[in-house]
Amino acid sequence: MKKINYNNGRRLESLKEKATQIRIQTIKMIYGAQSGHPGGSLAIVDILVLLFYKIMRRKPHNPTWPDRDRFVLSKGHSCPPIYAILADQGYFSESELWHLREEGYILQGHPDMRKIPGIDMTTGSLGQGISAGIGMALNAKIDCKKYRTFVIIGDGECQEGQIWEAAMAASHFRLDNLVVILDYNGLQVDGSTKEILSIDPILDKWKAFNWEVYVVNGHDFVELEKAFTKCIGGQSSLPKIIIAKTIKGKGVSFMENKVVWHSNLISPNEFKKAMSDLES
Amino acid sequence: MTNEKEKSIREGYGEELLELGKKYENIVVLDADLSISTQTYKFRDFFPHRFFDLGCAEQNEMSIAAGLASTGKVVFASTFCVFASMRALDQIRNMIAYPQLNVKIAASNAGISIGKDGVTHQAIEDIAIMRSIPNITVISPADAEEARTLVRLSYQYSGPVYIRLGRIPWPIVSNKKDECQIGRGVVLRKGQDVSIFATGHLVFEALEAANSLHKEGLEASVINIHTIKPIDESLIINFAKKTHAIVTAEEHNIIGGLGSAVAEVLVENYPVPMKRIGIKDVFAESGDGKILMKKYHIVAKNIMEAARKVIDEK
Repeated sequence: MKKINYNNGRRLESLKEKATQIRIQTIKMIYGAQSGHPGGSLAIVDILVLLFYKIMRRKPHNPTWPDRDRFVLSKGHSCPPIYAILADQGYFSESELWHLREEGYILQGHPDMRKIPGIDMTTGSLGQGISAGIGMALNAKIDCKKYRTFVIIGDGECQEGQIWEAAMAASHFRLDNLVVILDYNGLQVDGSTKEILSIDPILDKWKAFNWEVYVVNGHDFVELEKAFTKCIGGQSSLPKIIIAKTIKGKGVSFMENKVVWHSNLISPNEFKKAMSDLES
Repeated sequence: MTNEKEKSIREGYGEELLELGKKYENIVVLDADLSISTQTYKFRDFFPHRFFDLGCAEQNEMSIAAGLASTGKVVFASTFCVFASMRALDQIRNMIAYPQLNVKIAASNAGISIGKDGVTHQAIEDIAIMRSIPNITVISPADAEEARTLVRLSYQYSGPVYIRLGRIPWPIVSNKKDECQIGRGVVLRKGQDVSIFATGHLVFEALEAANSLHKEGLEASVINIHTIKPIDESLIINFAKKTHAIVTAEEHNIIGGLGSAVAEVLVENYPVPMKRIGIKDVFAESGDGKILMKKYHIVAKNIMEAARKVIDEK
């Protein structure tokens, strides 16, 4: 097992390098599987790298450590980068990455907590992840545990009613140990969120539901880390949300900000171009 | 006409839940603004720090149950059968059943006997729905005492359970001397002419039917199927072989519930004449629960008619 320094040793450059590595592996996985969601996966890589390599306290050799920080990918279709991170940290063999979505192998199309070490909750049907996170955060309150719970949601996902049920409950129950990150990339499947079903003014909505709201550039490690520090260290009894402005498809020039790259198949030429973008 | 010995099945749940709560600290109870109806208020009043009312938000409730169960808690999540089985079904299927999390969905107000609230609150399809989802054990106690035992057994059983609880006061039919095991039917009466497999409130109606048939010289076996899934296949086949005539009885649509479950077993193993007593694929209406049961043909008289028919078909 690799020895992971997951406390404050990571310098900015090494986080950026790690993010590039994860993006490369994500594209390789989705291309190899000829199935998956490249756009939304690339959008959240920087957030994931910061969380898994710097912020969260977890033990790859003990994936069910009861005091670990919990993580829920509510927008479960963007799981390939998580799988790449978990493999890199030693939760399972890297060889599994090249069998994404393949019958008989562990890496399912959406996160599966039974099959995949390191996944804290099965997700895939949108709108449910914050609620699951609330359950984990409530357990911490009942048992006086200090672990934090992190949930990533999508902006299209904010159209699901259950998101708002969870928003009400988290502030009602004063879950100051819950941090949600909104991958605010402006796009969904049938078009932009503005065209399909506008979720704006999104900041005002979360404030109205009694959450503490931060807005950052979702690809800027410095801004992200400042926001996380405030979320984790603060005195307020409110749950926190970081609205991370991201670019869907970030890192691959022809995918950036394009609706079609939600789940488009990657051709051999496109794969070459993507690798060339990422490796330069 | 109230009988002092009558007690609602949901009351059995509420009482046992409190007792379990006193013994086991890892139990957490959730409700969705129906705590008085579902009887979780008994647990709530004793253990407020382990009880969470999510208000009118059943989908949130069930996903929270999953999150809590993922940390090692044993969760009892309550609401009405209609809301558990339909409004929050996606959440139950994807976050509880699929990952096999330890959540007991204890839903009250089963069937049409709930009465005056009417169709939107009368669950006649919940057994069919829950049966069709892998990894969910489906339990339907016949009375308040059996409910207590089955709730206790559900706590000890690891994995998702759906427990269907009646609302109105109802006679006790189970016998403390009989062994109660999840997955095993209970033989309440033996007779060679016809076998009546019943569940929930209709176990009582089946016993009434059997007593009346006896006066006509017909002897019925009565079997309480409190676990619809996994169903006691060998017991069903056994009684099919003994009596060659089957009637099923449930406070549920004749489509998809106990009747269908029994038919599935018989058709593949020992087909015999069979009739299903249940709601005939219609929505009922508002009214007194017991009057509705008569009007929609799910009382002893209907079981008797069905029994005579299948006996004739032998």
